[in-house]
Amino acid sequence: MSANVAAAARAAPSSDETPAISVKDLRKCFGDHEVLKGISLEAHKGDVISILGSSGSGKSTMLRCINLLETPDSGEVRVDGELIQMKRGRDGHQMPADIRQVERIRANLAMVFQSFNLWSHMTVLENLVAAPTHVLKRPRAECLEQAEALLKRVGIWERRNYYPPHMSGGQQQRAAIARALAMNPKVMLFDEPTSALDPELVGEVLRVMRSLAEEGRTMLVVTHEMGFARDVSSKVMFLHKGEVDSAGDPKEMFARPPTPQFKQFIANFNK
Amino acid sequence: MEFLNDLKDQVWTAYELLAAGWGVQLLWGIAWTLAVTVVSMMIGAVLGSLVAAAKLSHRGGLRFIGESYTTVFRGEPELLIIYLFYYGGTQVLTGVARSTGSIGSADILNMPSFLGGVLAVGIISGAYQAEVFRGSFLAIHRGELEAARAYGMSPWLRFRLVIMPQVLRLAVPGLGNVWQLTIKDSALISVTGVAELMLTANKAARSTHHSLLFYTLAGILYLVMTSISTPIFDRAERYTSRSFTRPK
Repeated sequence: MSANVAAAARAAPSSDETPAISVKDLRKCFGDHEVLKGISLEAHKGDVISILGSSGSGKSTMLRCINLLETPDSGEVRVDGELIQMKRGRDGHQMPADIRQVERIRANLAMVFQSFNLWSHMTVLENLVAAPTHVLKRPRAECLEQAEALLKRVGIWERRNYYPPHMSGGQQQRAAIARALAMNPKVMLFDEPTSALDPELVGEVLRVMRSLAEEGRTMLVVTHEMGFARDVSSKVMFLHKGEVDSAGDPKEMFARPPTPQFKQFIANFNK
Repeated sequence: MEFLNDLKDQVWTAYELLAAGWGVQLLWGIAWTLAVTVVSMMIGAVLGSLVAAAKLSHRGGLRFIGESYTTVFRGEPELLIIYLFYYGGTQVLTGVARSTGSIGSADILNMPSFLGGVLAVGIISGAYQAEVFRGSFLAIHRGELEAARAYGMSPWLRFRLVIMPQVLRLAVPGLGNVWQLTIKDSALISVTGVAELMLTANKAARSTHHSLLFYTLAGILYLVMTSISTPIFDRAERYTSRSFTRPK
């Protein structure tokens, strides 16, 4: 079963180029509870993969294992072909072998969080230039110019000197997306980007994400937005109890749910 | 009428005493008190941040050291710590100097009184500052620290760009309290012979027999120092928390 799913997950539009992200047999336990039971995934350049699943299915944990915010117990993660090196700690748990490598890879995988997580003591503009200047060591003038352009793009340029707590959730999340774009990332990771927003603010964030998808960005999106998953993403992956239940073309999946679990899942949303 | 005349005499006497040199002495006392407080606060800031980091560490050994530090130095009387550092320090210094032959076997090498005093007060101040820093760190939104990790920041960058500015912002009100405590503790190091405000007032009171006058005066001066610091810390707080107050 899981081999078939992995094969389905590889049904990517692109050819034999190196996948932007490749995850193999990812496992993770929290105490006695096994959250991820061997998940594999491949994302090629330009893929927009929506990761669906009910709460507790492991979808956020999987995303967080990719940039090592959570350390997987076993399995491998490759970014642009580069394997994230792991070693066993003294307590037997797996840990990153080279934290510098992890930091370098993280800078290529910009993450957008459910609760925005903008740095609250910095203005929006400072939020956008902090990591590019200090982590990527790019010239500040260049970063500022890019930051202003990105803020215009997500429609909050006039808020550039505001502190995040003074903005609405939708504006904060758009600023957070701009902060991610400022890294010129290879892959963008979205962890339920609209779940903390008031319903009337969801649209403005989804519009930005849709425009990113249209310009060919590689995106992994953990979401509950069925419309986005069906209409915008190039692939849907449905997690159920820590395993990939089904994966494939969005239109196909929503028209003919391949498993009873997925059928049940979308039925709950259409209620 | 009798009373008013009496008061006029008192004020006149006070003026004469102050003009005769005690006024300048008291001003020097204030200067030394502020010097002791500022240096102790700085020693305390360094120790306090190290101890806070130890208390927040994953390592049990470091946590134990941090916990012990704050328990001991907040739990002991300040005066005892000062005696320990000053007289204990003198004994240790003398012992070392005698054994290396730098001084004769009957000589005594005194702990420098300013150094011994600020070390003791600084160490006590550090115990209180450690609690302030620890609380401030714990009040930082966890998601912001996670974002710093997710954007590839090294531990040092995370500390410099995200943790330190926010700890300082959150710590300002608490540090205002520690500053007041430290001003008051500085009075205790008069026992080591530093001519700060307390010792000066004491000397003046005893040599002129005007205890009421000089202790009241010193009391007013301490109150001025502690209350001036309140608006200063309020301003600092407004500045450092500007991202959380509405823009004008």
